[in-house]
Amino acid sequence: MEVLRTAFRKNIRQSGMLVALALIVVLFQILTDGVLLRPGNVSNVIQQNGYILILAIGMVIVIISGHIDLSVGSIAGFVGAISAQLMSKNDVPWPAAIVICLIIGALIGAWQGFWIAYVGIPSFIVTLAGMLAFRGATIKVLDGTSIGRLPAEFRRKTTGFLPGDDMGLTDSLHNLTLLLGLLFAAFAVYTQIRERRLHVKYGGNALPLQWFAVKCAAIAAAIMAFTWLLAKAEGYPVVLLILASLLILYGFIMKQTVLGRHIYAVGGNQAAAKLSGVKSQRVSFFVFVNMGLLAALAGLLVTARLNSAVATAGTNFELDAIAASFIGGASASGGVGTVFGAVVGGLVMGVLNNGLSLKSVDVSDQQIIKGLLLLFAVAFDVYNKKKVGR
Amino acid sequence: MADLILEMREISKSFPGVKALEHVTLEVRQGEIHAICGENGAGKSTLIKVLGGIYPHGSYEGDILFEGEAVQFKDIRGSEALGIVIIHQELALIPQLSVAENIFLGNEHATRGVISWQETVKHANELLARVGLSEKSDTLIVDMGVGKQQLVEIAKALSKRVKLLILDEPTAALNEEDSQKLLGLILELKAHGIASVIISHKLNEVAQVADAITILRDGRTIETIRLEKGQRVDEERIIRGMVGRDLAHRFPERTSVPGETLFEVKNWTVHHPIDQTRKVVDDVSLHVRRGEIVGLAGLIGAGRTELAMSVFGRSYGAHISGQILKGGKEITLRTVSDAIKNGIAYVTEDRKRYGLHLMDTISRNVSLAALGKVSANYVVNDREEAVNAEGFRKSMNIKAPSVASVVGKLSGGNQQKVVLSKWIFADPDVLIIDEPTRGIDIGAKSEIYGILNQLAADGKAVLFISSELPELIGVCDRIYVLSEGKLTGEIARADADQETLMRYMTMDRG
Repeated sequence: MEVLRTAFRKNIRQSGMLVALALIVVLFQILTDGVLLRPGNVSNVIQQNGYILILAIGMVIVIISGHIDLSVGSIAGFVGAISAQLMSKNDVPWPAAIVICLIIGALIGAWQGFWIAYVGIPSFIVTLAGMLAFRGATIKVLDGTSIGRLPAEFRRKTTGFLPGDDMGLTDSLHNLTLLLGLLFAAFAVYTQIRERRLHVKYGGNALPLQWFAVKCAAIAAAIMAFTWLLAKAEGYPVVLLILASLLILYGFIMKQTVLGRHIYAVGGNQAAAKLSGVKSQRVSFFVFVNMGLLAALAGLLVTARLNSAVATAGTNFELDAIAASFIGGASASGGVGTVFGAVVGGLVMGVLNNGLSLKSVDVSDQQIIKGLLLLFAVAFDVYNKKKVGR
Repeated sequence: MADLILEMREISKSFPGVKALEHVTLEVRQGEIHAICGENGAGKSTLIKVLGGIYPHGSYEGDILFEGEAVQFKDIRGSEALGIVIIHQELALIPQLSVAENIFLGNEHATRGVISWQETVKHANELLARVGLSEKSDTLIVDMGVGKQQLVEIAKALSKRVKLLILDEPTAALNEEDSQKLLGLILELKAHGIASVIISHKLNEVAQVADAITILRDGRTIETIRLEKGQRVDEERIIRGMVGRDLAHRFPERTSVPGETLFEVKNWTVHHPIDQTRKVVDDVSLHVRRGEIVGLAGLIGAGRTELAMSVFGRSYGAHISGQILKGGKEITLRTVSDAIKNGIAYVTEDRKRYGLHLMDTISRNVSLAALGKVSANYVVNDREEAVNAEGFRKSMNIKAPSVASVVGKLSGGNQQKVVLSKWIFADPDVLIIDEPTRGIDIGAKSEIYGILNQLAADGKAVLFISSELPELIGVCDRIYVLSEGKLTGEIARADADQETLMRYMTMDRG
C-alpha cells in the first residue's frame, strides 16, 4: 500500500485529475440515469470538445515554454471565416482550402512569434493584440453576416465517422473502430512497459509488478470500454482520430525529442537554457507557429461542425484551452506540464459541461462551477507542492 | 556565569521523515558575537527559524529563554517585538523601492495609515549614518551593490531596536572588501551592546570576529568553543567538528604536468551592455595550458564573470573586441552553440539562475548542453540518457535517491555537481568555472576541488574563477588577477599568498 501511495503522490496532479475525471463520469452517469455514457452521447462529448482539446495541446506547449496565447479563439474564428469564404464563395476545392487555412494559421503564429521571440514583447501583450485584431478581421471577412452552405464532403470528412463499419468481423459493432481500439490499447500498454523498464533500471520509484499489471489492465480496459461504446454507435468520430494522432505525436515530441527538451528548458529557466546552447528565440518562435497551426485546425473543425462561419466563432476558446492546461498540471511559471495532462484537463471540463447540460443546469451556474473547478484544481496543486517541497 | 541574552534548551524539530534538530542547545551571552558553524544541512537555518518564530511555538520541542524569560513566538512579529531580528541569506529588500521605504517597510512612520515622509527620511538618514552608508535615503535598492544592500538590511534591523541580530551567511555574496566592512560594523554594534549570531561558512571571518562558536552537525550540538580575549581559533578543530572527520587535506594533492597552450585570449575588451562607453574588460590577454588549472582572482566588479561570459559566445557585453585562440588557431564564437561546438564550456556562478532547470530531473539537466550525444535524428534516447546520468551520479558522488530526482530538492553542493556533470558530459577541452564552491559546505568543496584536479589530469584546460583566496592558492597552478577590468598581475603558485593577491586585486588601474 505504501508503494502505491508514493507512486500516487509522485504523479498526484495528473493521476489526481484522472481520478477526478473518473469520479465526474461516475457521478453524472448516476445523476443522468445512464444518459452520459450512452454511445450517442459519448460520441457527442468528443465532437463537442475536440477542438478545445486540440487547442489545449498547443496551449500547454505554449505554457510550458513560459508563454501564454490569448489569441487562439480569434485565430480559430478568423481561419474559419476564411475557409468558408474560400469554399462557398470562391469554390476552392475543400482539400486545397484546408491546406491554405493551415498555412494561414502558421503564418499568423509566425507573425506573433516574431514579436515575442525576436523583438521581445511579452506574449501576453502580443497575443492580446492578436485577440482583438483577429476578431476584427473575422468580422471583416464575413462582412458582418455569416457564411453557410459548406461542401458536404468537407463536413463528412471532418465531423463524420470512420469508414469500415463492415469488415466482416462482427455485425453489431463498428469493425475498424474495434481494431483501432485494440491497437491504441496495445500501444498504451507498450509505452507503460517501456517507461517502467527505464524506471526499474535507473529511476527507483517503479510500481511493483503486480500493481503495474493492474495499472496496465485498467488502462487497456478503459480504452476498450470507451471503444466499445463508440463502436456500438457509429464508430470513432474523425475528430477523435485526429486528436489521438496529435496526442501521440506531440506527446512524443515533448517527451522524446531534442526540440521538446528545449521547450521545457526554455520555460523552466531561460537563462540557463541559453547558456547551455539552446536557441531559445527559435524555440519560442516555433511554439507560436505551432500554436497558430493548431488554432487554424480547430477553426476548420468548428466551422465544419457549425456548418457555417459566424463572427463569434471561437470566442473564449483561449480561456478553455488555458484552463484545461492548468487543470491538467501545467505550471503558470513555465517548465512544467504534459500534453496528456492538458487533454485530461480538457476532458474534465468537457464532461462536466456535458453532464451539467444534461441535467439542464443553468448556463450561468455552469460557468461558476467551471471557474471554481479551475481555482480548486490549481489550489490543490499548490498545496501539494508545499507538502512535497519540504 | 555571564548573563545570557538567549538560551535555547534542548530544541528538537522534525519534518516528515527527517529529524532536523535533536536536543540542540545554544547559549548566547549579552553583547557577544556568537558564530554557528556547520555543514549545509546541519540544522543551522532550522535553528534560526525556530528562534525567529518562522516555525511557531508548538511545532518544535524545547524551550527558548530570552533575557531570562521563557518566550513562545507565534510568528516573526513576536520575535521582532522583543528585539530579535534575522537577516536572511536571500535579502528581503524590495528592489524598486527606496532605501528609506525599505528600512521602514512594515514599520512605517505613519499616523492613521498616512506616512510622514519627514520623519521617515530623518530617521533613515540617522540609521544610514550609523551603518556607515553615504547613500541618499531615496536611492533605489536596485541601484546599489549587494554589499550596500546588506548594510541597508542592518539599518532596517536597527530601526526595530534590535537587541540580538542574527545574520545567515551575511558575506556569502560579498567580496573581501565589503565583507570586512560588514564585519567591522558588527564589531561596532557589539561595542554598543548589541549581540549577534552569525552563521558562516567562512572560517577566517568567524575567527576574526567571534567570541564564541557553536558547532552543529547532523542536527546536534557538537560543542561550543568560548574564546578568551586575543585567543586564536583553531580552524582545524572547527572543521573537524563540522565534518566529523579530519580533513587531512582540504586541498587535494596535485602534481601538474601542463602541456602546450590550449586556450588563449588576446587583447580582449568588452563594453558594458547598457552604458556602452564603459569598458568592463579592458585589453586583457591570458592563456591556459593543457592540464593546467589557472585561477582568475578579483573583487566583485573586477570583470571576471564579464570576461568569462563574453568569451563564451558573447553572452555578455557590447562592442567586444579581441581574439580567441584555441590550439594556436583563431576561432570566432558568436553564439553559445559556437562556443560549445569549439569545445568551450562555462559553468555559471549562479547555478540556480543560470545553471539549472530546478523543476526538472538530474538526468535531464545533465544532458541539456549535449543532447546530441544521447539522441539520434533529434529523438532523445532516454535510456542512454539515464545510463549516462547514473554514471555521473556515481562518479561525482551526487547524493540523491536516483537520477529521476528533481534538482531543486538537492543541496547546494549536489546541485553544483549536477551543473559540473552537465558540462563534463559536453566534453569540452576548455572549462571556465565560475565560483563553483559558493554557498556549499566544506565536504562538498573538497570534492569539487578533486573534480577540478581530475579534469586537469585528463588534459583539459581549466580557468577557475573564485572570490575565496585560500582556495585559489590551494588549487591553481597560476593565478591571474583582475582589477577594474584590467589584468594587474600573473602569479605563479609558489609566489601566491593572500596578501600578494589582495594587493593586486585592489591595485588602481592606469
